[in-house]
Amino acid sequence: MKVRLSYSKLGKIRFTGHRDVARIWERSLRKAAIPVAVSTGFTPRLRVAFGLGLPTGAESLVELLDITLADDSDVGSIELDEIARRLDTTLPVGMAVTGIRECALSEASAQEDVVATTWVMGVEAPGIVDQIDRINQSTEVWVERERKGEKRRDDIRAGILHLGLIAPEQSEVLPSWWLGESRGVVIEAVLTTAGRGIRPTELVQALVPGCEPWNHLTRVLRINQWIERDGERVDVLSARPAHSQVCP
Amino acid sequence: MSSLWSRLEPLLARVRKPARYIGCEDGAASPQHGHGKVAWLLAYPDVYEVGLPNQGLQILYEILNERADAVAERTYAPWVDLEALMRERDIPLFSVDTHRSADEFDILAFNLSAELVYTNVLNMIDLAGSPVRTTDRRPSDPLVIIGGHAAFNPEPMADFIDCAVLGEGEEVVGEITEIVREWKAAGRTEGSRRAVLRELSKIRGVYVPSMYDVAYEGDRVVGITPMFVDVPELVTKRTVHDLGQWQYPKSPLVPLTEVVHDRLAVEVFRGCTRGCRFCQAGMITRPVRERPAEQVRTMISEGLRRTGYNEVSLTSLSTADFSGIESVVTSIVPDPTACGSPTVSLPSLRVDAFTVGLAAKVASGRRSGLTFAPEAGTWRLRTVINKLITEEDLYGAVESAFSSGWSRMKLYFLTGLPTETDIDTAGIVDLAAGCVSIGKKYTSRASVTVSVGGFVPKAHTPFQWFGQNGVPELRRKIGLVREAAGRTRGVHVKWHDPAATLAEGIASRGDRRVGAVVERVWREGGVFQEWSEFFVLDRWLDAMAAEGLSPDWFVTRHRDEDEVFPWHHLSAGLHRDFLWQDWRAALAEAGLEDCRWTPCYDCGVCTGDGLEHIVASPVAPAGGSQGTGQNLAWGGSVPVSLGSKPMVTS
Repeated sequence: MKVRLSYSKLGKIRFTGHRDVARIWERSLRKAAIPVAVSTGFTPRLRVAFGLGLPTGAESLVELLDITLADDSDVGSIELDEIARRLDTTLPVGMAVTGIRECALSEASAQEDVVATTWVMGVEAPGIVDQIDRINQSTEVWVERERKGEKRRDDIRAGILHLGLIAPEQSEVLPSWWLGESRGVVIEAVLTTAGRGIRPTELVQALVPGCEPWNHLTRVLRINQWIERDGERVDVLSARPAHSQVCP
Repeated sequence: MSSLWSRLEPLLARVRKPARYIGCEDGAASPQHGHGKVAWLLAYPDVYEVGLPNQGLQILYEILNERADAVAERTYAPWVDLEALMRERDIPLFSVDTHRSADEFDILAFNLSAELVYTNVLNMIDLAGSPVRTTDRRPSDPLVIIGGHAAFNPEPMADFIDCAVLGEGEEVVGEITEIVREWKAAGRTEGSRRAVLRELSKIRGVYVPSMYDVAYEGDRVVGITPMFVDVPELVTKRTVHDLGQWQYPKSPLVPLTEVVHDRLAVEVFRGCTRGCRFCQAGMITRPVRERPAEQVRTMISEGLRRTGYNEVSLTSLSTADFSGIESVVTSIVPDPTACGSPTVSLPSLRVDAFTVGLAAKVASGRRSGLTFAPEAGTWRLRTVINKLITEEDLYGAVESAFSSGWSRMKLYFLTGLPTETDIDTAGIVDLAAGCVSIGKKYTSRASVTVSVGGFVPKAHTPFQWFGQNGVPELRRKIGLVREAAGRTRGVHVKWHDPAATLAEGIASRGDRRVGAVVERVWREGGVFQEWSEFFVLDRWLDAMAAEGLSPDWFVTRHRDEDEVFPWHHLSAGLHRDFLWQDWRAALAEAGLEDCRWTPCYDCGVCTGDGLEHIVASPVAPAGGSQGTGQNLAWGGSVPVSLGSKPMVTS
């Protein structure tokens, strides 16, 4: 049986990298005694598959993890809620299960399936509102990035699916402490992940041309991941209300 | 009391590996500061990834936080990128637990495992907002304490530290806490710093450098004497008598980010009496004290359950020597509820087939590499250093390893050892070539990497009288090894930079005058000196020259029998006579047996401290020559007698 769960990563723990998170999950699954299938071979590994990577320093309510449970485990005896409950006691402060569902073994991995994600960001820079309008009215938005020592200029306009100030109803579902700590203008953006995926820091570079993004980006939170079904964009897993426990 | 977190947080997305500054480890305490509590900031003067796994620091952290009158937090050296941002913004050194400023602690206690970290200690004291020199410190500044192996010659750090603790810290941290608590209660008034230091100097194992006068004649130290009658003439190390009574750490720290030893560690014994003459750890941690096997098993199963790790490392200076090793290893069974079965790693493998058999039993998955440390290339030189591994031991171990599926071996050697000739140096590659040809019988991929380090004589060892090889000589010898290896298929060479070996030599046997050198190197920007990208020998040589000190005097000079060492007034329990006899025996190429299973030869440690070895087995474990050069494959049951030449007696 395969289980897809979403989890949050909030507060201090946002500074861990994706390799760190993989190790954290491995230990948490073992501590929770979840009967995860183990790969065969020289170095047996837990059969888990992570969704799209989250940039170090960014937070999320909806990171994805697919877990294949061991064949010989008594699948009926471990309820999905029980898995979530046990993991919430073994995951470190700042991480918790926000959604869980069974999925078919044949279902595409979260990495392949997700086409876009929604971000909420605190951006501190003068004239942000005007910049948002400028980008929305442009047909092209060029940013520079360095890859393997080579500078490249890319047009990211097509990857910005939505950009605007955060809607009032959206901000109501966010943890109030999070909004409190996001200085500057709080914006919401839907960025593509398919093909040339757009990072939130690249959007900041587009908003504040020539800047060092982390000098302006006070906080960045992923709140939704989207997949496409029958031409419709649907939420990959509806997130549970955000919990507020973070490392003090 | 305010947290610095809100000021640090905006910087972290801009620095490398920010997770090392956030704390939040599984197993971390929730430090409760309070009136009347002595606040310890336990510091490791290297990066978090290196310092976090340190067991000494974890043990003291737990013991102190269990006390009602103490609270402990941890700090590590910030990497240069964060340090620059901190200095730009006047952010002081902080704890990773609650991100509290270092100046809110009463004690700043450093764990020093090596000498090249000294400049980092100064840097961290400075970042803490405290004057680096003790004489400039105010009553409000924290007391700076050092401990760990490098504290056995703390003289190069004498001007910067308030105290050094010799030996194991479990008991002494409580005694220090009590005195500092009184001092705090009395208001830490102007001038009281000196009084509290004098009180601390009366605790066994605590050395207060500022309570001693050093007399020189020319370059020579001629005496180190206490200034007051109630300050001890000789400071003696602390030793925990029964490891079984100290079941720590109970809640091991599990970091959120990757560290150098990312697994559960369970210490199976302390001390080592193999008697390798170059090995400071073996000399200063005597006697052998085993943890009861039952307790080891408990700590493994509890630790795995608590941490979620699936790998445990059984630590000690030579884990195959643990009496209960087989029973412990075979008792680690897969937990049916856990995902995958736990693996065991055995660091510091003894060189023999028995040990490899043990390693084969516990190794799961890919068998990539095994490491052995013959240390010297010929039997003659191995008798000099008392690492009595025969060629048969090594080849037996290697045969066993290749036949059990390993394909790569790493062999550790020292060069620049006493009496070493080019025949010994050539022997390094000969041994490696012998190992490769054994390996070829089993796999075409057989390869052996020889790792060569320059030998640095250390305080409190029989080789403390020996003049270290200079940089050109070490370069020449490493060149010989590289050249010979270049002609030998399957043998690869790695080596340690002889320039760093020289700097380590300056710091290892330096006296108080070297303190000014350490300070100059630090002021010139010489931090992270153990990291090759930051090490520049010229900084050290320029500083020596500026202070009018000669590297030759401190490093390459042979010492006479009557040399007054800078650590003359500090004792690891070893009689000076014993060390001198052992040095003479080394030069006479005479070995010395392991006193764990043979009669006492009175090195002084047990008798001086009312101690005994705590070893579960009265006989040596089976396999190999057991470092005696004799065939003890059946397990030694009678005392062995040794010595290709008679012991020199005076």
